[in-house]
Amino acid sequence: MDQASLLQYLITGLTVGATYGLTALGFTIIFNTTGIINFAQGEFVMLGGMMSVFFMHALGLPEPLAIVLAVAGTTLIGALVERLAIRPVRDCPAINLVIITIGVSILIRGAAMLLWGKDTFALPAFSGSAPIAFFGAALMPQTLWVLAISLLILAGLKMFFSRSIHGKAMLACSFDPKAAALVGIGVDRMVLLSFMISALVGAVGGAILAPITLTSFDVGVMLGLKGFAACILGGLGNPFGAAAGGLILGVLESLGAGFISSAYKDALAFVILLALLFVRPSGLFGQKDGKRV
Amino acid sequence: MSVGYRRDMRWLGGFLVVLLLAPPLLSNNYYLTVLTMCCLNAMTAVGLSLLVGHAGQISLGHAGFYGLGAYTTAALSTTLGVPVGLSMCAGVGVTSGVAALVGLPALKLKGHYLAMATLGFGVILSILFNETVEVTGGPSGFTGIPRLSLFGVEFSSDLSVYYLILAVLGLVVWLSFNILHSRVGRALRALHTSEKAAQAMGIDIARYKLFIFVVSAAFAGLAGVLYAHYLTFIAPASFGFLFSVQLIVMVVLGGMTSVPGTIAGAFFLTVLPEFLRAFENVEILLFGAILILCMMYLPDGLAGGSRRLGRLLWKKMVVRAAKDEADAEAGEGGNG
Repeated sequence: MDQASLLQYLITGLTVGATYGLTALGFTIIFNTTGIINFAQGEFVMLGGMMSVFFMHALGLPEPLAIVLAVAGTTLIGALVERLAIRPVRDCPAINLVIITIGVSILIRGAAMLLWGKDTFALPAFSGSAPIAFFGAALMPQTLWVLAISLLILAGLKMFFSRSIHGKAMLACSFDPKAAALVGIGVDRMVLLSFMISALVGAVGGAILAPITLTSFDVGVMLGLKGFAACILGGLGNPFGAAAGGLILGVLESLGAGFISSAYKDALAFVILLALLFVRPSGLFGQKDGKRV
Repeated sequence: MSVGYRRDMRWLGGFLVVLLLAPPLLSNNYYLTVLTMCCLNAMTAVGLSLLVGHAGQISLGHAGFYGLGAYTTAALSTTLGVPVGLSMCAGVGVTSGVAALVGLPALKLKGHYLAMATLGFGVILSILFNETVEVTGGPSGFTGIPRLSLFGVEFSSDLSVYYLILAVLGLVVWLSFNILHSRVGRALRALHTSEKAAQAMGIDIARYKLFIFVVSAAFAGLAGVLYAHYLTFIAPASFGFLFSVQLIVMVVLGGMTSVPGTIAGAFFLTVLPEFLRAFENVEILLFGAILILCMMYLPDGLAGGSRRLGRLLWKKMVVRAAKDEADAEAGEGGNG
């Protein structure tokens, strides 16, 4: 192998990995406040991409405005999902809530198919598609956008959780909802907020990835799977782990596709994930949880 | 034998009688196909409910086991010309063996990590079904699988296959009830409640978990081999991640720990899409909505829901009887 192609695969992997990381962050935020895995997370990513395309082509809006609207729309849908399907049955066992999110994902996918059909759509790249030469590898401008926006979101979330009162309240809920309620935190509101933030982060990921990988009504399934895998790889509940897990998964896949076979790239990523889980049963950065009997 | 065991056996007897009598009542062959698919899905779901509902483990890779059984018997009987009976046994054997190999390391994982490991395993299998074109026929599927024939008897009509599959389902359910009412079943429930406490009581939790994982995979493999020889055509799309999720939904919708509930969940989720087909485009939309509503309003599944309904009706009847009696007394008092 030569260095240029290695670099090329790394760049591709990091780009895709960044969106896996964003999806994984969405999983983590909801998991931390509710203890459930939200199977509709991939659908939020799909909605980000598909709604951007819809606002741009069907309504003729300029691209930045279309994306902002798509992200806002998805955030609203996230809020609706929590209010209508999760909050009324908040006290049910976690597995029931997980099945409800599966139902939600089927519903959203069905609605998207009904509204926009089964075609594949493309979103134009944010700033042209003339590749930039970078140490012998070709760097698409969209790659820079993806990496920059992902970093921005990460930094924003970090600030939110460590500086703002709402972020701190959400963190408190993730440690112990009962204690959080006792000090006057509205746990219900925090759960609602966590669904909105997850939907927002997912939608941004979907919108910035759409120019690279195209989008259609069913991209959410695979993206959701990858996002969940990234969470587990990094250690469930750890936002830093989720982001890192996404990047690692993306790079592994890209290297696997480049050097072994593109048909088996997903299989390779999962084989490595399994091998890692067998060695480190709580992910790379996860803490071993001691449970009292 | 305990009261619970006798009650379960009575239920199984009633269930089999109803399904034995069902075919003549069905107006055409299409319904028979749906009913056969219900039985196959119920077989896999019952196995999964042992693992999920009773032992408290999870598997998001059961579609992979189902497919592994189907592809093993398909490849052996069609490509290599092995007799169908033998290839079916091999299909179940291979599935169980692979489950043991995967389960050994995977079952050390807990909760979401176990879900991920089994999910990953399922995805890997599904990619293999798609990509090893020379063995599996790839995405376009495996055609020309011989029809079922066992001990020199060929099951040529759809009705005979249905009865065979029903008999196997009966056997699977009977076995499951026996496992649940035995020492193994009690051990599984103990380790579900608390692994550490179960261990302290001297239960070899690793062995029991592996045992039930292999049994549940074997049931899935069994359903898979029957499926392959019943339809004589298989394609990887039937064995993907979404089917694994659907199987879990069947178990949860059924009420987690109830075998009859799981069977009801499997029948419901298999029949529902066929029924919704009339609505064409909004089919998926309705399916999602019904799933959400069921989980919201039947938190303890179909089994719990029917129990509650029964209790409600009983209470109503008792109240009405008491009221009638009171009215009668009042009437007599008025007359006298």
